[in-house]
Order: sequence, then structure tokens, then C-alpha cells
Amino acid sequence: MRKIYFLLLNLLYGVGAYADAPKPWQINFQEAATPVMERVESLHNFLMIIMTGVVVIVMFLLIFVCLRYNSKANPVPNKFSHNVTMEIIWTIIPVILLVIIAIPSFRTLHYMEHTPKADLTVKVVGYQWYWHYSYPDHGDFEFDSYMIQDKDLKPGQLRLLEVDNRIVIPAGKVVRILTTAGDVIHSFAVPAFGIKIDSIPGRTNETWIKVDKPGVYYGQCSELCGANHGFMPIAVEVVPEEKFNLWVEEAKVKFQ
Amino acid sequence: MADTHPTGIKRWILSTNHKDIGTMYLIFAIASGIIGGLFSLVFRLNLAVPGSLLLGDNYQFFNVLITGHAVIMVFFMIMPALFGGFGNWFIPLMIGAPDMAFPRMNNVSFWLLIPSLILLCLSAVIDGGPGVGWTVYPPLAGSEGHPGMAVDLAIFSLHLAGMSSILGSINMIVTIFNMRAPGMTLLKMPLFVWSILMTGFLIIMVIPVLAGVITMLLTDRNFGTSFFVPEGGGDPLLYQHLFWFFGHPEVYIVILPGFGIISQVVSTFSKKPIFGYTGMIGAMLAICFIGFVVWAHHMFTVGMGFTALAYFTAGTMIIAVPTGIKIFSWIATMWGGSIEFKTPMLFAIGFIFLFTCGGVTGVVLSNSAIDRVLHDTYYVVAHFHYTLSLGAVFAAFAGFYYWFGKMWGYQYSECLGKWHFWTTFIGVNLTFFPQHFLGIAGMPRRIPDYPDAFVGWNMVSTVGAVISIAASFFFIYVIYHAFKKKNKCPANPWGEGADTLEWTIASPPPFHSFEVPPKIK
Repeated sequence: MRKIYFLLLNLLYGVGAYADAPKPWQINFQEAATPVMERVESLHNFLMIIMTGVVVIVMFLLIFVCLRYNSKANPVPNKFSHNVTMEIIWTIIPVILLVIIAIPSFRTLHYMEHTPKADLTVKVVGYQWYWHYSYPDHGDFEFDSYMIQDKDLKPGQLRLLEVDNRIVIPAGKVVRILTTAGDVIHSFAVPAFGIKIDSIPGRTNETWIKVDKPGVYYGQCSELCGANHGFMPIAVEVVPEEKFNLWVEEAKVKFQ
Repeated sequence: MADTHPTGIKRWILSTNHKDIGTMYLIFAIASGIIGGLFSLVFRLNLAVPGSLLLGDNYQFFNVLITGHAVIMVFFMIMPALFGGFGNWFIPLMIGAPDMAFPRMNNVSFWLLIPSLILLCLSAVIDGGPGVGWTVYPPLAGSEGHPGMAVDLAIFSLHLAGMSSILGSINMIVTIFNMRAPGMTLLKMPLFVWSILMTGFLIIMVIPVLAGVITMLLTDRNFGTSFFVPEGGGDPLLYQHLFWFFGHPEVYIVILPGFGIISQVVSTFSKKPIFGYTGMIGAMLAICFIGFVVWAHHMFTVGMGFTALAYFTAGTMIIAVPTGIKIFSWIATMWGGSIEFKTPMLFAIGFIFLFTCGGVTGVVLSNSAIDRVLHDTYYVVAHFHYTLSLGAVFAAFAGFYYWFGKMWGYQYSECLGKWHFWTTFIGVNLTFFPQHFLGIAGMPRRIPDYPDAFVGWNMVSTVGAVISIAASFFFIYVIYHAFKKKNKCPANPWGEGADTLEWTIASPPPFHSFEVPPKIK
């Protein structure tokens, strides 16, 4: 019952209080919160136009041949089986389309793959089934982040997304994220940031974010990591820098 | 010896007859398809509303179900249906050969599948089952992630299934190269034969890689090696590279015979020769070659670095070109034809459209920059079900109805067949189209419960899944109905468009056909 109660609550009020989390009947990306995600989103929108065009053309051609060349409309079939010009055309045009797609795609990739000079670093370690965060630039304090169980949820908290200890980062700063895992492979993902980076035992992977808009952003582990794979969410709280500094002082004491 | 015709159980267990073995493959595939389908029904029902209502907190079992669904559908449903079933039945008939080159090996390759499926089912109920996904990534599939015997049994199951496929494809390749009727040059072979030939080569080249990598995992788990264990100097990423070197060509192993079937069906019901025959062969060859060098697009989030990401993005995109050639050639085959909308043709047209939809989402995913957001979300699930579930499976249905009368001598009911098509078409689209939305909104794959906001499209998807499963049972009824009505099928029920050799002999074909090779003009 409790689950259904929260479900109704969320459907009624939506999740407007949060900077970004999935919304009911959503058909689009979560609102972009980083420059990387803005680029990904516009690349995707550009691709969608081309891809929708391709699908519509194929659909139109199929409908046309079905109407024009069915056995009633065209009882005697033609017998042609070659047309080199057409074959060249439908080879060349896709090639041109792909080149048109590839240019902005590589540009976006290049942008997201090259971390600018970072203002601070957060270390993320995945475990079965929680995340472990540490702040090496701020005295290396560290803490674990577990999902809030259904029975402990307070009204308004998002089921399966809220955690006991959120990562806190300052708004407008470049944050480098380094990630690895302590047991099996996990994947650190926050859709609104446009990041998804596998946490792999024995390796360290790097990515970066720069979030301007304060608020709480949610993500979930994105690599199958065992029974509770669906229950190790990521919650990132973005706050103004002064508030971040205050939090650091508190956290140093709290997580000693 | 030519008139040997064993009866009873000996006819099947000891069979060396390509038609009987093909029939057994098809029955096996249908049975596996039902098991795999029921698996998906269970987890789809579980996902209908938030809260894991059906399976409760038995999340490991959920993971076992998704693993079992994938392995069964790939190795025990679609490969046995397209390659084993239709391949066995129609390769000899289409090239005018009396049987396969190695009839006894043919028997072995079928019967290996039975213990393989048994091992897989056993693995699911022993020691909590393999909740590792069909990719079986270590360390989750290693001795610490899954200490019991489940993963070992699943590995043995894949070994046997792999052996079966390798033996089967050796048989196909040797048969196609050596037993064609006089006058049938390589460039006169029907496209279905070409597609099976290329699939055979793909299987021989990549299944040993799978066998190797799962054997390394087996020794990691049991004999203290550390190929994939970082503490011992190994690397979990090595597994992923080796697995996907098999795994990506594997998707073409699944879809290529489907391409072949669609080519036969479209040409038959348009009453026109296939458009751009050599272009079609070239496109399939190109897909095979490029398919070998793009495997890491399944691993865009592992931290590869810009150069590798850019290369695998570019390589993957190029596959859209030969695929486009095939799509447009099929439409050009229909262009100017005199199209009969029989059930196989409906499935073929459905295939062309839905495969195009799956293809364009593939182009979206090929961009590693976008895949960063969509990787391991439901968008990927939607993409590969559009190409495989709505692609390969539609091709399998098209082939099944196309050759139904030929195989068993009774024609199916056209009316019931069309009902089956439309219910399937609506069901699968309702299941998989909303999953694009879920993926874009950020819902990860392989989770037994989800944040409440995702409920809407999940509910729609589950309704679609129920319709699809109902349609599958209706399909069983269509078969039952045909065998009950016993409407005799003539040698060639499709008319002038059906110009391959299998339509020149009686329906059903005699137990031994083409004892004297036919002459090819």
C-alpha cells in the first residue's frame, strides 16, 4: 500500500521540486545540466530529424509500392532487375548523410573526452550495492551513499532514487570524477549531466562535469552488478560555492 | 540404399535426413521460443507497475530470467530456426542436392542442442542461477560474484551450443560449395543460399572466440587462473573485448539468414526477380566484413579514449550503407511488381519497415557521444528488439509461412495467418516502441523495479508483451489448424514468382529428393 501511496503522490505532484529526475510519460531527455549534455542533446535532435526523414521516406515508398503495384492495380509485373544509377544513388546519399552526422558527432565526442582544468576532484568507488565517495582535494574525507529503503522514505522523496548521503558539488565549477570499483563492474551515470562511465575493478576512469544550476540530480547504476543492481542510485546536490565550503567543513567532522 | 526410410523413433533419433533434421530444428526452436517468451512475460509482468509485485525481492531470479530469455532466444530459438531449421530444409533443395554433405554430423549438431538446453535450464535452478546477463561479464560472473555452479553450467551449455553451430556451419559450407546441381554457379544461387553460406563462415570464425573466452572464464572460476582478475594481473576489459569480438558478428549470424528469407519472399510475391542480385550479395559481404571490426561499440562507456571511440563510431556508422542498399533493393524489387499480400509477404513488408526503424536507432547509438547517455538504457533494449525481435523473428515467421505447405504438404489458413501477423505487429510495436522513451528519459536496463515516474510507458510495454505472447500461442493454433484441415498444398502454391528449385518438387517433398541432379538453365 505504501508503495502505491507514494506512486500516487509522485504522479499527482510530479517531481517539480527537483532539478532533474525522470517525469511521468516523459519522451525526451532530462533537461541538460552540463555543457556536455547540451551538446549531446542538440546532436541527438539533429540526428532525429535525419532519421525521422529516412523512416518517413521508406514508409512512403512502401505504402506507394503496396498501393500502386499490388496484383489488382498492376496485374502484369515488370521484369527489370537492375538499375545502376539508382544503386549508385542509394549508396552515395547515405554516405553523404553519414559524413554530415559524423562531423558534429566527433566534435561533441572530442569536447566531452577532454577534461578542462579541474577545480576539484571527486573519487567514486562502486560496491555491491552502494557508492563510496571521497574528496581528495578537501582533506580526503570519504563516505558511503546508500539508497533510502521504501519503508524509510519521507513524503516527497523519490523512491529508488533518494540516498542517505548525496554527493555535493559547487555550481559553476569543473569537477573531475575518477571512478573505479571494489568488487564487480558498476557504472556511474547521471542522465542530466550526460555522463555514464563504467567503474571497473583494477582501472580508473575519468570524466568531468560542470553544472551551473543548483539543485538535486539523480542517476542510477548502469551496469548489471548483481541482485540489487537496481537499488544503488546516485544523487548529486549542486549548491553555490559558499554553501559547498560550509558543507565541506561539516562533512569533515561528520565523516571523520 | 537410396530407399532407406526408417520409421518410428529410429527415424528421428538416428536421422540422417536433412528434412527430418530440419523439422526437428524447427520444433526445437518453437519450443524454446515458448520457454523464452514465457520468461519475458514473467519479467514484463513484474515491470508492469513499480514495486516488483510479481517476484517480490527475489531480484537475483529476475536477473536469471533476463539472462535465460536472451540466451534461449539467441542460441536455442532464432539460430536453430533460421540456420538449422530452414537451412537444413532448403539448402539442399535450393541447390538441387540430395542431402547435406555430412548427414551423420548433421544429426550430431542437432542432438547436441538438447543437452545444451538441459544444462542451461539446470543452471537456472542451481545455486541461485546465473544472474549475469547474456554477456556473462566478469567479475560478476567470476568466482566471487557467482560462487555456485550456475555459471559453470551455463558455460558448458554454451560450449555445446557452440559445437552444434560449428558442426552445422561446416556442413552448410561444404554442401553449398560441393553439391550444387550442374549449372548452378555461385552467382546463380538463390540469395537465401548465399546468406546461409556467409552465416556459416561467420559462425566458424567467431564461435571459437566465444568458446575460448568462456573457457578462460571457466578456468578463472575453477582453476585459479586470472585472465580477467585484476588482482592477478588480468583485466575484466579483456573479457569484454573478446566477448564482443564474437558478440557483434553474432547479431549478423542471427539476421543474415533473415535477409535471405526476405529476399526470396519479396521476389516471389512481387513476381519479379530480386533487384540488384549482385549488389545484395556485395551488401551482405560488406556487412560481414565490417561487422568484424566494430565490436567495441558495445563498450563505449568503458573508458577507451578519444581515438578508439572515434574509430568505432565511424566504423559502426558505415554499416548503415550496405544495410540501406538492402532495404532499397527490396523496395525496388516490389517496384513495378504485381504484389500478392499473402501472410509471408506481410511479414516481409513488416520486416522491411521495422528493420529500418531499428536501423536508424542503430545509427543514433553508433555515435559514441550520444551512446554515453543511452548506453545500457531501455533505448538499447528497444533498438536490438526492433532489429532482432521484430527483424529476425518476422523473417522467421515469413519463412515459416512461405515454406509451410512445402514442408508438410498442408497449406495454412491465409485468414488465420493474417490475424497472426496483425496481432504480432501490434503487440511487438506496443511492447518496444515506448521503450525508446524510457531509455531517453534515463531508465537503465536489467532493473527489477524502477523509479515511479517510469510507470506509464512500462505499463504500455507490458500490455504489448501480453498481446505478443497471446499472438505466439495463436501461431501454435494456426499450425494445429493447418494439420487438422489438411488442405493439400500443390508443388508450387505461389505461382510464377516462386522460381527456386524447391518449388519444382512435390509438397511435401519425397523423403529423398534430387537423387538425379536437376539441370539448371
